[in-house]
Amino acid sequence: MSVLAVNNLCKSFGGLRVTNNVNLTVTQGERRLIIGPNGAGKTTLFNLITGELSPDAGSVSLFERDITRLPSRKRTHLGMARTYQIITLFARDSIAHNVTLALLGLSTLRWNPFVALDRQAHLAAQARDALKRVGLDNIAERPLAQTSYGERRRVEIAMALAQNPKLILLDEPFAGLSIDERQDVRRLLLAIPRDVTIVMIEHDMDVALDLADRITLLHFGEVIVEGTRAEVVADPRTREVYLGE
Amino acid sequence: MSHRSAGGRIAVALVVIAAVLALIAVPFAIGEIYYVNIASQILLYAIFALGLNVLVGYAGLVSLGHAGLFGIAAYIVAYLLASGHGHALAIVAALAGSLSVTACFAALSLRATGISFIMITLALGEIIWGLAYRWISLTNGDNGISVASRPAPFGLALGDARHFYVATLVVFLLAVAASAIFVRSPLGAALCGTRDQPRRMNALGYHVWLIRFWAFMFSGLLTSVAGILFVYYNEFISPQALALTASAEGLLMVISGGAGTLLGPIVGAALVVIVKNVVSAYVERWNFMLGAIFVAIVVFMPEGLVPGAVRLARSLWRASGSGKSASSAVAGPRQ
Repeated sequence: MSVLAVNNLCKSFGGLRVTNNVNLTVTQGERRLIIGPNGAGKTTLFNLITGELSPDAGSVSLFERDITRLPSRKRTHLGMARTYQIITLFARDSIAHNVTLALLGLSTLRWNPFVALDRQAHLAAQARDALKRVGLDNIAERPLAQTSYGERRRVEIAMALAQNPKLILLDEPFAGLSIDERQDVRRLLLAIPRDVTIVMIEHDMDVALDLADRITLLHFGEVIVEGTRAEVVADPRTREVYLGE
Repeated sequence: MSHRSAGGRIAVALVVIAAVLALIAVPFAIGEIYYVNIASQILLYAIFALGLNVLVGYAGLVSLGHAGLFGIAAYIVAYLLASGHGHALAIVAALAGSLSVTACFAALSLRATGISFIMITLALGEIIWGLAYRWISLTNGDNGISVASRPAPFGLALGDARHFYVATLVVFLLAVAASAIFVRSPLGAALCGTRDQPRRMNALGYHVWLIRFWAFMFSGLLTSVAGILFVYYNEFISPQALALTASAEGLLMVISGGAGTLLGPIVGAALVVIVKNVVSAYVERWNFMLGAIFVAIVVFMPEGLVPGAVRLARSLWRASGSGKSASSAVAGPRQ
């Protein structure tokens, strides 16, 4: 069964076509890497999949259900989670509060104006668990403003994992990290169980290649190569537009 | 989620109890009725500012139309009382009517954020002001509507200034408690999230528009309550209470005191009411003075008086603490 299916997806900004008849099928448990030069339309494709942008044509299906017209927030409730290329967190709050907001997003408790959020012990425990998975439980109460870039990347991933998603879209999870931090995040991604499907945009081929089962190469909004790691790396078009000779 | 220590909770509870006792003592401590009335004004404007603060401080949405909601509630009370209806009906109808208008305001203005939101709320507020000013058969135009009497709940005749103060204080405390509960609640946390990262909140599964809508309704409820108290306080309502300057004054209270804090709007309301009513008795150019105070706050405490004072106190405390450690560090080697 396909977890994610993108069919003939098109998107233009004015006269610029940034997504051109993209087709993509991701199966259960697969690790799919999306690569391509800057401006290839990778993040736009993510935004179309998550519903932050509406496509001009084509469709998106999640677990074989058409979600093309479904608002972004409802896709999250169906089991889709994402992280952002540019870290998008709540800087005024603690790490634990950031993860709590992620948990609250899927809970009916989010509409409750009467109870105190800091007295919801089950949410606090779940937030701790999510932070433990990314190794940040020891600094859970630290204000986000006092954390390093690498820790924030891990908070992003913790927020996605806290929602127990079936599909995670990771937009450049290694961007801006030191070599040690990259290895930490790599180990973290390898530890995600196979019942969670991962689609990841990444430029760092050294760390990302061995995470991927299949790779899709985008160029000027089109899929030009798709296949296994070996197939894509060996393809001359990959060398021409992305890896270099 | 921040967990305050048991000692911290006790300290906060003691401060709150002391503040409530001080507020209860105001009409007895102040001899002159004039100043008791000023205190009542501060409390009712503090409720108005608390309502506006829900939007400005916690939702990040600056409204310039809240005087319209304030005025709608006041006008409904005045109109129904002038038509011979009772206080209970007038108050319930005012809340219902004002909340209905709030829902319309929210539905129209929440289509936008930022400058566009400000402009839509300003326009809606001006429409309400225009209706109050020009729909003379209903509102009596510039002459306004007088209210013949104040209610007497539980046998407490609110015609007496001290009794009115006590009633206003009870409503004020309820408004503060409601605001405190709301802000600490999951919905309050979600609202702050939509202020800081609306896109992210959407991606996390939140209905950003609906969260803002409920916040607008809560804000409108507090504003309506303030409007009802206002018409009973003055026993009169005219279009002046709905004008843009009234909305701007509310905004001034929130921003000068500290948006996004519970105490800030209360301090801001006290500041504006005192300058308008007390200082104006001694200083002819009180408008200039209010402007100068506001400019000084923006320059020296851009976050507002309450957070600014907290910041200042912390830095002074740190300076004194580091001063001590520095002196002990200097004294250390000499020993």
